[in-house]
Amino acid sequence: MSDRKIRVLIAKPGLDGHDRGAKTVATVLRDAGMEVVYSGLHQTPEMIAEAALQEDVDVVGLSILSGAHMSLFPRIREALTARDMGDVLLTGGGIIPEEDMTALEGDGFSKLFGPGTRTTDIVAWIETAVNERWAREEA
Amino acid sequence: MTTSHPKHSAKGYAERVVAGDRRALSRLISWAENGNRSFPEALEALYPSIGQAWRVGITGPPGAGKSTLVNELALALRSTQFGQREVGILAIDPSSPFTGGALLGDRIRMEELTGDKHVYIRSMASRKSHGGMARAGVDACDVMDAFGMERILIETVGVGQAEYDVMGACDTVVVVMCPGAGDGVQAMKAGILEVADVLVVNKSDQAGAERLADDLSEAVHTRAIRSDEWLSETGDAWSVPVVLASAGKGENIDKVLEAVAAHRAMLASRGANGLEDARRKKRVAQVRRVVDEVLDERVWSTAELGEHVEDALAKGATAYGVANEVVDQLLGAGALAKTSNKPSANK
Repeated sequence: MSDRKIRVLIAKPGLDGHDRGAKTVATVLRDAGMEVVYSGLHQTPEMIAEAALQEDVDVVGLSILSGAHMSLFPRIREALTARDMGDVLLTGGGIIPEEDMTALEGDGFSKLFGPGTRTTDIVAWIETAVNERWAREEA
Repeated sequence: MTTSHPKHSAKGYAERVVAGDRRALSRLISWAENGNRSFPEALEALYPSIGQAWRVGITGPPGAGKSTLVNELALALRSTQFGQREVGILAIDPSSPFTGGALLGDRIRMEELTGDKHVYIRSMASRKSHGGMARAGVDACDVMDAFGMERILIETVGVGQAEYDVMGACDTVVVVMCPGAGDGVQAMKAGILEVADVLVVNKSDQAGAERLADDLSEAVHTRAIRSDEWLSETGDAWSVPVVLASAGKGENIDKVLEAVAAHRAMLASRGANGLEDARRKKRVAQVRRVVDEVLDERVWSTAELGEHVEDALAKGATAYGVANEVVDQLLGAGALAKTSNKPSANK
């Protein structure tokens, strides 16, 4: 593979319409050399998983500020798995309490970032995790 | 499926694509983008299934409303009026020349299509914007075609050689303009009219739309007169229609599709092999791109040649002198001189 790029889908599930954070993260990841598909507001879990499949992304990044993270994250993971994309990295940010983060990260693929996260930390986590994923693929 | 290849092998993916597996379709398009070494084998396996789709290029300046128009065209193609077609969409956006990253936002305007199982949308970044993108774009269309898409809409920003190359591989090219973004003269300057088979003046409800349509009609009319000789030679009696439409309001979308259908009918009426002939001509450019790419990679893949060139320059050779010598070595003595003395065959 001569020219592989990290592909990321940034999406906002649910009903909150605040996408400043999502757009900031999308821009930061683009500036880190990634190809970022931004799919906009009010996406259902099915729409997000379908977009992830069509775009063949390595990472799905969600911005959830509505408090519905405990239902949305698992449903999106489920919808991805149903499309043979269970190994896609799922990450996200928003107002998410510590104990919820721990619970959601339990499945081994996901990582969540709370308010005040440095954007360089997000980039570093994605780069490391995607490179591990590609190495598994080659093996 | 009678034979069965390993799921993740080139032939396995090709089999899955032909059988309608969307995951495999996505994967093969990524292979095309990444220049995966197994891609040519997969494409080879797909070849018998390619050729059913009608490929429509949509280009024009930024902000002309291309994504919105593509969304509307796809919705119309899904309706009973236009035969409920299987639709593939390839939306190409520029990569940053500085970081190599890209923000691909065309899906935002195509939200209604995401839930439709008969529509597939793929965003593609232009990456290194010479030949590579044009090749990946055409390859992606080939994979969608083999998958069973009946209509493929390819959207690019209408600037740059690579974008023109992608458009050159389409069956019908729709150029989208809108009022307020410069007059018809700007369009003529940009050379964008030369690639158009259909012209759409979008945002037809805005001031200046009619005027722009008139300007464009005049410009394409002039083009038809100027190239009369060529027209009679090829029997191409196509005069580029100018369609006023409003993608935002969903107005006259059917007129755009009818113009595309008329262009298709014109190509088909050029005799028994009209379509095949037109497509074969376009394939020549694709072969050329692949040859260029493969040669480039093979010739420069080892450090030796680069070092040799550096040495020769250090010894006082001129750039042309060294280039001449390299080409002579690759193609036989006098090759560069031969090509440069020969009057150019393709003007």
